[in-house]
Amino acid sequence: MTFTTPPYLTQDVSVRRIMLHVLAALVPAIAVYVALIGPAVLVQLGIATLVALLGEAAMLKLRDKPLALFLGDGSAVVTAWLVALAFPPLAPWWLITVGTLFAIVIAKHLYGGLGQNPFNPAMIAFAVCIVAYPSLMSQWPPVDAGNGIGEQLALIFGQAPRLDAMSGATPLDALKTALKGADSGLTVASVLDNRAVFGHVGGKGWEWVSLAYLVGGLWMWQRKIIGGQVSAAFLAGMALIATALWLLHPDQFANPLFHLVSGGTMLGAFFIVTDPVSGCTTPRGKLIFGFAAGLLAYIIRVFGGYPDGVAFAVLLLNICAPLIDHSTQPAIFGMKK
Amino acid sequence: MLQLFKFKGGVKPETHKAPSLQAPIAKAPLPEQLIVPLHQSIGGVPQPLVEVGQHVLKGQRIGAADQWVSAAVHAPTSGTVIAVEPRLAAHPSGLTTASVVIAPDGREEWIDRQPVDYHTLAPERLREHLRDAGVVGLGGAVFPSHAKLSAAKSVPMEELVINGAECEPFMTCDDLLMRERAEEIVRGITVFRDLLEPRKVLIGIEDNKPEALQSMREAVARLGVDFTVTAVPTRYPAGGAKQLIRVLTGKEVPASRRSPEMGVQCFNVATAYTAWRALAFGEPVISRIVTLTGNVETPRNWETLLGTPLGEFIRLGAPKPDTDRYLMGGPMMGFEMPGLEAPLVKASNCIIAGSPALFPPPAPEMPCIRCGACAEACPHELQPFELYWFSRARNFGKTQEYNLFDCIECGCCSYVCPSHIPLVQYFRFAKSEIWARERDKNQADAAKSRFEFRNERDEREKAEKAERLARAAAAKATEKPAAEKPAATVPAEETPPANAPVDADAAKKAAIAAAMERARLQREAAQVKNTDNLSTEQREEIARIDARRARAPAHQAVEQTDVAPPPAQEQ
Amino acid sequence: MLTAILIMALGAVVLGAALGFASIKFKTEGNPLVEKIEAILPQTQCGQCGFAGCKPYAEAIAAGEADINRCPPGGQEGVAKLADLLGREITPLDAEEKPKQLAIIDEHTCIGCTLCIQACPVDAIVGAAKQMHTVVSALCTGCELCVKPCPVECIRMEVIGESLETWKWRYPIFEIKRAS
Repeated sequence: MTFTTPPYLTQDVSVRRIMLHVLAALVPAIAVYVALIGPAVLVQLGIATLVALLGEAAMLKLRDKPLALFLGDGSAVVTAWLVALAFPPLAPWWLITVGTLFAIVIAKHLYGGLGQNPFNPAMIAFAVCIVAYPSLMSQWPPVDAGNGIGEQLALIFGQAPRLDAMSGATPLDALKTALKGADSGLTVASVLDNRAVFGHVGGKGWEWVSLAYLVGGLWMWQRKIIGGQVSAAFLAGMALIATALWLLHPDQFANPLFHLVSGGTMLGAFFIVTDPVSGCTTPRGKLIFGFAAGLLAYIIRVFGGYPDGVAFAVLLLNICAPLIDHSTQPAIFGMKK
Repeated sequence: MLQLFKFKGGVKPETHKAPSLQAPIAKAPLPEQLIVPLHQSIGGVPQPLVEVGQHVLKGQRIGAADQWVSAAVHAPTSGTVIAVEPRLAAHPSGLTTASVVIAPDGREEWIDRQPVDYHTLAPERLREHLRDAGVVGLGGAVFPSHAKLSAAKSVPMEELVINGAECEPFMTCDDLLMRERAEEIVRGITVFRDLLEPRKVLIGIEDNKPEALQSMREAVARLGVDFTVTAVPTRYPAGGAKQLIRVLTGKEVPASRRSPEMGVQCFNVATAYTAWRALAFGEPVISRIVTLTGNVETPRNWETLLGTPLGEFIRLGAPKPDTDRYLMGGPMMGFEMPGLEAPLVKASNCIIAGSPALFPPPAPEMPCIRCGACAEACPHELQPFELYWFSRARNFGKTQEYNLFDCIECGCCSYVCPSHIPLVQYFRFAKSEIWARERDKNQADAAKSRFEFRNERDEREKAEKAERLARAAAAKATEKPAAEKPAATVPAEETPPANAPVDADAAKKAAIAAAMERARLQREAAQVKNTDNLSTEQREEIARIDARRARAPAHQAVEQTDVAPPPAQEQ
Repeated sequence: MLTAILIMALGAVVLGAALGFASIKFKTEGNPLVEKIEAILPQTQCGQCGFAGCKPYAEAIAAGEADINRCPPGGQEGVAKLADLLGREITPLDAEEKPKQLAIIDEHTCIGCTLCIQACPVDAIVGAAKQMHTVVSALCTGCELCVKPCPVECIRMEVIGESLETWKWRYPIFEIKRAS
């Protein structure tokens, strides 16, 4: 007996539509990024996308799932883009390949594919690679290095020695390293005065990328693709601890605005912690998840040994998500106090 | 102005109501055959009152309510009963249900219709009258109305909510009824008010029906009653009883409670209308307004006799050639009719002709990405994706922990799901599995206790028999020396020796007589004596004791009556 | 050295006392496992497992004397539940799975011998000697124990069909495969 089920009307929504919105929201940031660093960013995006689709297809085949349906949902491309944007733009091609494959094959499909992954795949890729290849993952090109496309391609595909051309660090790292050499007696203010690395509020140039992420995120919020609670809580968490420490020791801690526009804060706030699969789902759970992730990201980035803390913060919160959800189940209709 | 409340969630699907609003309600022609299912309401299955070949009149009762929560059914027209048999039901299962098939004689001969002045009736009689007129909730739930017309004992009835919201897309039957017959609706509401005695009567109508609002307001003013007619925001499922109660009164009725316990009760406008017809005109519920719309040339509302086969009904609207199915109810909560032979029943508020263009085949189901859209759309603030997870895994205990039974199956979650998961279907599946398990469990428990009781009884019988035999043997042993004594010492009334064959019959008769005497004595002992000159207190006390004894668990009673072994077992 | 031994000995005494106290305080009557097993069994009391009713079978399972796959009315689902409870392997049912049945007495043929009444484990058949018997269908567990004793073979088993009251919504069809 064939069986039809109500409701017979449905809204015009799909996973694919959501994923395409996320990709579109990333475009402004990518544009700024390309203007800042050069076409290497696009090359990395291309490599990641290709690898992600191939990995996805292979896994779907192995798992005997319909190829067209799942390849077309766009989730692999979103993961690929997030990996590419989280990795240093001049990293060798195999590094981004390893990262993307890890995200798709292990973090996503070995856990059951779309909707089943307990951890954010892109952050797993970042965490694995930064633990395995710490130096490569910490080499960020200076924003105005001015290498041409040829030089960048040569670097990515291993045809040029990885030398000073890209021995830079992220502004966050630069600040931390400078302050760690504590004997120098430097204060935050004096470090931030270095106009070669720092701009108006954050890293030179990077502040514009962050702004573009913010724009993309707000657009998704306006289109109701993301709820906004997690993002707001994440930013609030980071701003709160940053403000507190900054007020206590303005010499040792950068101002909150610096943290909000540096590193992966904006990318994390609107494109990582908003991942519904690995995050919390209850209204209160979302706030707790975002706030705790923001707090933790700050602590790891300022006191930890890694250049940024967003990835580890999110992964740690991913583990806690089921517990948070379970203990924050909302009261249902008619059962409220 | 009444303060309105909000309910969370809900969706705003396109309403598609305009096409069937173009023309007024029309009377559907008499079909060639009427198939009237006996079970058209929640509750007990009415017993058939007619036989094959019998002539029935329009409005004659053909099925009587068999318990309190049940409602009678009536012949929709005069004619001959040609069958009382299982026929295809208006139900998604495609199963059959006991139905009375009537061949109309075309004369539309009514029974003797007796209008009643309900003010003269005791409330209890009035409720019985409504039950026997077959008045049930016509919003689609078909719960017998008379059973909802008592206020809770401890909670005063505060608000009577009248549901004219009609939130399902396509459906317009209540809208037109309110436009055309507002006065009779309001009079029906007056009856409900007099029975429930609420402090306020609130009539809620979605704000996309300005004509209905106008018409109802005028009727209320004309009849000089202080009912409040309120426009409620158009948002599905604002017409769900619990949602409308929330919007109009701010009260939230959970699944675990009944609305009278919270001092509120809710009826559909069409129910009020039929209640008034039943009282003021003596007309039982034999027809209803049905919207025929969707993929048809002439959408319209028809006053249709219950029992009209779907096939005959849809001809009135001239379905377009690409029609591939007919839905009963709205597109959000309705179901596909199993066949054109299925009849229209009291629950049939709307028939929608569907086509692939109107209701495209569902997109393939994708995995849940926990986006939470369903939770945001759920008017009962459940977490549908969690329920889905556990229903899918058949983890029914967990589904109940996540309040599965608070789900009203409104379909909002499926409507917004980007993964196109038939969520409601999973919940219905889980609910019916849980009910089935409960049934099985109850049956198993009953079987177990009966089995254990039977074993106990067997043991006891065995023991008693052994004891009897032992006693008989002992008696024999003492008898022997007695028999050796001279006959004169034997008392005259002593029973003769058992081995005397001539006296066997006499002994049996004596035993029966003795048993009858015992039974008589027992009966007498149980009978209450000296009940003539009792004080009121004593009488009350006796009544209380009797009530308590009647309440005693059934199995105790069984034990008591079964002390004497059943005759079949005696050997 | 001595202190260590004393401490260990003291520990042993304290713990022993606690365990002893717990075993008295939290003593359970009967064998709770048997009850749990019995709760899974369908209580048809049919004896198809080779034991005289569901309880003896439950006791045998609890004692490890019987396999968990010998209850046809419980079906494969019952086997799975028992396996889950007892941590045993799920084995295929040792018989054919049958749908739920109901005994029906052909009242024209019945001679009123009461043999089926005596055979029924749940007192679901009523009647008297030389009077027609009938099955109280609500109480019948479908165990078939009444079928054999009937000298005139007037009892048949009928499968209980789905009715509107017992109809269940189906598990949603997975459409992923079809779409590919």
